[in-house]
Amino acid sequence: MLIALLAQEAAHGAEHMPDDAPPPFPPFEPWHMPGQLFWLAILFAVLYFALSRFILPKMSDTIEKRSDRIASDLDQAAALNEQATEAQQALELRIAQAKAKARETAAKAKQKIDDEVSAQTARVDAEIEKKLETAESRITEMRAKAMQNVEQIAIDTADAMTARFGLKASPADLKKAVSASLK
Amino acid sequence: MNFALTQTAIDPIHQFQVSKWLDLNIGGIDISFTNASGFMLLGVVLCIAFFGYAASKRALVPGRTQSMAEIGYGFVADMVRSTAGEEGLRFFPFVFTLFFFVFFANMIGMVPYAFTTTSHLVVTGALSILVISIVIGFGIWKNGLKFFKLFAPSGAPFLIYFILVPIEVISFLARPVTLALRLFANMLAGHIMLKLFATFAAQLIGAAISGTVLLGVVGLLAFGMGVALNALELLVAGLQAYVFAILTCVYLNDALHPSH
Repeated sequence: MLIALLAQEAAHGAEHMPDDAPPPFPPFEPWHMPGQLFWLAILFAVLYFALSRFILPKMSDTIEKRSDRIASDLDQAAALNEQATEAQQALELRIAQAKAKARETAAKAKQKIDDEVSAQTARVDAEIEKKLETAESRITEMRAKAMQNVEQIAIDTADAMTARFGLKASPADLKKAVSASLK
Repeated sequence: MNFALTQTAIDPIHQFQVSKWLDLNIGGIDISFTNASGFMLLGVVLCIAFFGYAASKRALVPGRTQSMAEIGYGFVADMVRSTAGEEGLRFFPFVFTLFFFVFFANMIGMVPYAFTTTSHLVVTGALSILVISIVIGFGIWKNGLKFFKLFAPSGAPFLIYFILVPIEVISFLARPVTLALRLFANMLAGHIMLKLFATFAAQLIGAAISGTVLLGVVGLLAFGMGVALNALELLVAGLQAYVFAILTCVYLNDALHPSH
């Protein structure tokens, strides 16, 4: 309708144009307006159709797929990261357990050795003690015996000496005198 | 003082001249395939070729072309989402088409000797009428009469509405006009400036070669200005496509959520 109106106007304008008039301002010349509108309508429609039916859906599909892919990749990365963290924690736990176990084993071994050492020390100590005791008792015994022998020798010596002086002493007196001087 | 400047008259308007490439006439209506239609077709073909090729790649790790296309996709999607909300995404293909239709047209227009389709008010006007029709049509279809709450924001004192409603209605009616004019005027004015400075520089440097050195200096300045303007116009070409698309989103947002 608008195109028809403009065409009418164009025909009208052309009729009344004086020959010597200055050239009209091209954008306001009516003769080309119906054609401009006609081709604008067709070309704009073609562009709109091509873009909205074929090109834009394809592009939005591509963009959507990409963002989906990025999102899923990120999810996967997060899951893997979590797994790695879990594995690390498990590893740390195992290490701690192993350390504790090792410490325990070492402590046990040390305890065992300590016990053995002290037991052996005690046994050896006791043995030494016993040996010392027997040795001491033997010493005292031997000493007593030796003393007895000394007394007898002294009595005999005293008897021999008194006999040389021509004296006579009874064995009882001699023994008494010797033991008194030995003390 | 004849600098031979008048040898070629500067005609910055010539670049907007529509010429027939193929005469077509249906039912007495002239729908000839013109240079404007040709460059519009080029833009659409390039747009479909670029995005079609990029979309066919479907690589998980995108290459350069696919990256560019996907950045464009994300850019428009974010724009729609941030201005019109999640529900606005149903208009995503429309906004995407609009943005890249205008963007390719503007960028092709930056190539010397190319025709800038968006420098014609009839094209930008048709696009903006399309946008506003969708806004009104969808707004009424989705919200019924509640759509007209758009003109009466809640929470104002009763008497204020007598001023507020007319202002809102006028601002709403101004939307298609400003939407169309903004793009049209930007492209038109920018290309006129480019043409003026380029032609001016060429003529002055031409005059300098035939004797006047001082004119050559001015010509070089004009040339520098032309280069700077070219950069500016590249920015404007992208920016105006963006502005057109984001304003479409803002208007669609009104249709989706009319009670502010």
